[in-house]
Amino acid sequence: MIERDQVLHVARLGRLKLSEEEVERMALELSSVLDHIEKIGELQLDGVEPTSHVLPLENVLRDDVPRASLPRDRALAEAPEPAGGGFGVPSPGGEG
Amino acid sequence: MPEPVADRPYEPVIGLEIHVQLATRTKMFCGCALSFGEEPNTRTCPVCLGHPGVLPTVNAQAVHFALMIGLALGCEIAPRSLFHRKNYFYPDLPKGYQISQYDVPLARNGALGDVRIHRVHLEEDAAKLVHAGASGRIHGAAGSVVDFNRGGTPLVEIVTEPDLRSAAEASEWLRLLRATLRRMGVSDVNMEEGSLRCDANVSIRPAGEATLGTKAELKNMNSFRFLQRGIDAEIARQEQVVRGGGTVTQETLHFDPVTGDISSLRSKEEAHDYRYFPEPDLVPLAPTEAMLSRADDALPELPAARAERLERDLELAPETARLLAFRGELGDFFEAAVAAANGGGDGAVAGPRALASWVTVELVPRLGDTEPTESPVTPEALAKLAGMVSAKAVSQSAAKQVLDVMAIDGGDPEALIVERGLGMAAADELGAIVDGAIEQNAAAVEQIRSGNEKAIGAIVGAVMRETKGRADGGEVQRMIRQRLTVDG
Amino acid sequence: MAARASDEALSLTAAAAVERIAAGELSGAELFDLYRERAGNEDLGAFLWLSEAAADVPADAPLGGVPLAVKDVFCVEGVPSTAGSRILHGYRPPYTATAVERLAAAGAPMLGKTNMDEFAMGSSNENSAYGPVANPWDRERVPGGSSGGSAAAVAAGLAPWAIGTDTGGSVRQPASLCGIVGLKPTYGAVSRYGMIAFASSLDQCGPLTRDVTDAALLFRHMVGCDPCDSTSLDYPAEVPLPTAERLDGVRFGAPPELTGEGIEPGVLEVFNRVRTTIEELGGEVEDIALPHTAHGLAAYYVLAPAEASANLSRYDGVRYGMRAGDGDLLSLYEETRAEGFGDEVKRRIMLGTYALSSGYYEAYYGRAQRVRTKIAEDFRAAFERVDLVLTPTSPSVAFRLGERTSDPLSMYLSDYCAVPMSLAGIPAISIPGGLSDGLPVGIQLAGPAFSEPRILDAAHALERAVGFTGEPWRA
Repeated sequence: MIERDQVLHVARLGRLKLSEEEVERMALELSSVLDHIEKIGELQLDGVEPTSHVLPLENVLRDDVPRASLPRDRALAEAPEPAGGGFGVPSPGGEG
Repeated sequence: MPEPVADRPYEPVIGLEIHVQLATRTKMFCGCALSFGEEPNTRTCPVCLGHPGVLPTVNAQAVHFALMIGLALGCEIAPRSLFHRKNYFYPDLPKGYQISQYDVPLARNGALGDVRIHRVHLEEDAAKLVHAGASGRIHGAAGSVVDFNRGGTPLVEIVTEPDLRSAAEASEWLRLLRATLRRMGVSDVNMEEGSLRCDANVSIRPAGEATLGTKAELKNMNSFRFLQRGIDAEIARQEQVVRGGGTVTQETLHFDPVTGDISSLRSKEEAHDYRYFPEPDLVPLAPTEAMLSRADDALPELPAARAERLERDLELAPETARLLAFRGELGDFFEAAVAAANGGGDGAVAGPRALASWVTVELVPRLGDTEPTESPVTPEALAKLAGMVSAKAVSQSAAKQVLDVMAIDGGDPEALIVERGLGMAAADELGAIVDGAIEQNAAAVEQIRSGNEKAIGAIVGAVMRETKGRADGGEVQRMIRQRLTVDG
Repeated sequence: MAARASDEALSLTAAAAVERIAAGELSGAELFDLYRERAGNEDLGAFLWLSEAAADVPADAPLGGVPLAVKDVFCVEGVPSTAGSRILHGYRPPYTATAVERLAAAGAPMLGKTNMDEFAMGSSNENSAYGPVANPWDRERVPGGSSGGSAAAVAAGLAPWAIGTDTGGSVRQPASLCGIVGLKPTYGAVSRYGMIAFASSLDQCGPLTRDVTDAALLFRHMVGCDPCDSTSLDYPAEVPLPTAERLDGVRFGAPPELTGEGIEPGVLEVFNRVRTTIEELGGEVEDIALPHTAHGLAAYYVLAPAEASANLSRYDGVRYGMRAGDGDLLSLYEETRAEGFGDEVKRRIMLGTYALSSGYYEAYYGRAQRVRTKIAEDFRAAFERVDLVLTPTSPSVAFRLGERTSDPLSMYLSDYCAVPMSLAGIPAISIPGGLSDGLPVGIQLAGPAFSEPRILDAAHALERAVGFTGEPWRA
């Protein structure tokens, strides 16, 4: 029930390049999982509050006191392509 | 070219979306100090670089400032609001999502002046994407460089209702908002530096219609001038489209202030689907009574209210009142001068209107770029100088010479007047000068006697030249008339 | 140290080793070296990286220097931390996870990093980019997952104890399949800072140990509010070591939803034996309905992938980790992620992205959140009648390597009994209940939020009575 077009659309949203074989497999696998998931559609849930968090917490705030930043070398140490004191990336064209 | 308003069958409808960088010490969700032009990537940590496993923590001061803004704009503060994740990929967004607020913003339904506020919410700023070129070619595929110093700076987003009807109105209202935020001390509100950024939603509709047309979003105009020109250009563009039988499409536009061109920023092909959902790493914000009253107590008198008070209580002209209210530090200077004048005690004192003129007309141009708080002329000194003018202890023009000196070196006006001999000429000295002037301007005397009153100006001018301005023009006229009548 | 002495030291539970060290009969450094050598020669695939030497342990540290195996999902400064993913190959974090830091400060230095399902997504450890882990009970079988490396290491005596993470059973299920103890704490009890996130509203760090006392001892030093984690809380009181030997007056509830259909007969047999044991110890077991838990797995497979889809967006080839692509920005993203993520991770990203996408949010995410509310209410109601909920930990014993890889749903069902507690944010422990066909069966005890001391006490009494002697490595 999940179509090839939807697979491709979702893959684009998630920035995943899928091979032809993966697109087909993904459509089947996602459909089977979604079939199971859709059982929750049968439940009567009107008026039930959604839970995004189980914690009884509110207003957890941090004092506005600066802490040491990383030395630039360390910040860039893991970068696959450091460049000009920053993180190199291809220039965005139509992307965005 | 925009046509004359009278010929226009269309009415522009404008709403603004303003992003304000908050003047906290640290970022929204981590302890990195905010950056002010430091070397790239020297104000980062695992949190604002979006390393695996890190968690955000909410800056209490940012919440405080946002509450102040909500209250200042007369908004309802949400009893409980959540942070959401707004998902999209871009190199300046380290986590692949921006932490923002969505269905329940911190504050909503307010107004500033005649413009209603739709919502006020908290979020984090993106990093800076620097296009390479100036710094030399970068090897490999990289054509741009990301600097994360700005990434995570606390932002408040303010969205208005579409209550504005012209570019000039939009610009004028944004000035009021800017003055208000500046007065509150919650932001540097510098458009050129990006601490105040404005997008405009522009649409047009047949004048008198109630329904809204399709809007286009004009992005990031970084000065009042560009805002106004951009909106004007967009209104003109939409009119042209509609007049040509076309329809306006909903899109995001960029205004180029150099060429005046408007171009589409994003391809419409990929519709945005931000997949908002509640940020599970943070807990709800539920402002307590204590938080609210602390924010309320921190609010100063705001510009709109101040302008009203200056106009009403001190009888200033509306324009002057507005100027002093919108430039908060100048208003403070003025009010300090008024207080000093009123506390001065003996002798004639300058009234608020005279002082306002001394501040706005005389002092401001002399200060140039110097902020009123840094002025070498103290409010007390200015009040004293103006008082001496009112008491006719110094002439207006001599006082201005004194102010020239004070604006550079400061000092006490009375001492400067004595030191430089700029006090009013004494009666006998002035009498002798008047006598001499009458003698040397026989032609003018003749004209006066034959009924041409205006000719007296030549004699007054001669006296003022001779005294180097140390005389009161009215007094000089009186003395001339008296002498000519006596002689006649 | 003579061979016998070293064997003896390796056979000690962590708590016993701590006592020996405190008494001066053993040193933490010696113990570290013994385990380091043993772990260095392992062939289960349990470890991905080993410490060269023990970090300095404070002289008066309460855990005495007993080394700790750490799931590779924890960031440790300067130490490869991959979360079992190719996309983080070679990544060395600039900071250390709070849990690891706290345990090191308490005297449990890191022995090494253990293998895991990629980004903790899986129930067999077969989703690791760095190879599978064998179950020490039967090397043809999986150790469970996602904390498979930690569970196998403890079960095989390669480490005295370990930490893992549990999002929907990832500590309890491998503990069950490997015949050890695994505790998933109350959500918020242990800081998540530095734990590479899978599903933030569910992830919790927990101990994997040889016995219940060790679990309590390790847990005691993990808990507490962390200023770096807004969702962490102070534990209400110091966690006591369990002492109970009887279960008099303790009421257990067995939910039919999680103890009937879909549970292997061999597992049910062990479960029913344990039920009897509880009654012999003076406890009462009654059936108690948790009607919405039957939908737990469905809700979980919306919420967890949705959160994961956002949590995994940061792996984009810009700031760390691997990078691919042929020059433009879109291909940098798409190819880095295509090459860097394994199948299961891609599947979850797809599922989560789909569930959050425009037009589907309410039908999936919104509904799943409401099911979550109902499940939490079910538990609240249950805990008004009983002290603890009793279920098998997993519907099956360890399955064969490769057996379920081609059917995601059958793999997901492995966490059927564990997921409801995760959704409710409540603590649950898995302890060995016996063997079925020579393979361990775990029993799960769950209680209300912050009831770990009660759970640990009951588990302690049960553990003694069951008398499980699962030490496959000594056989």
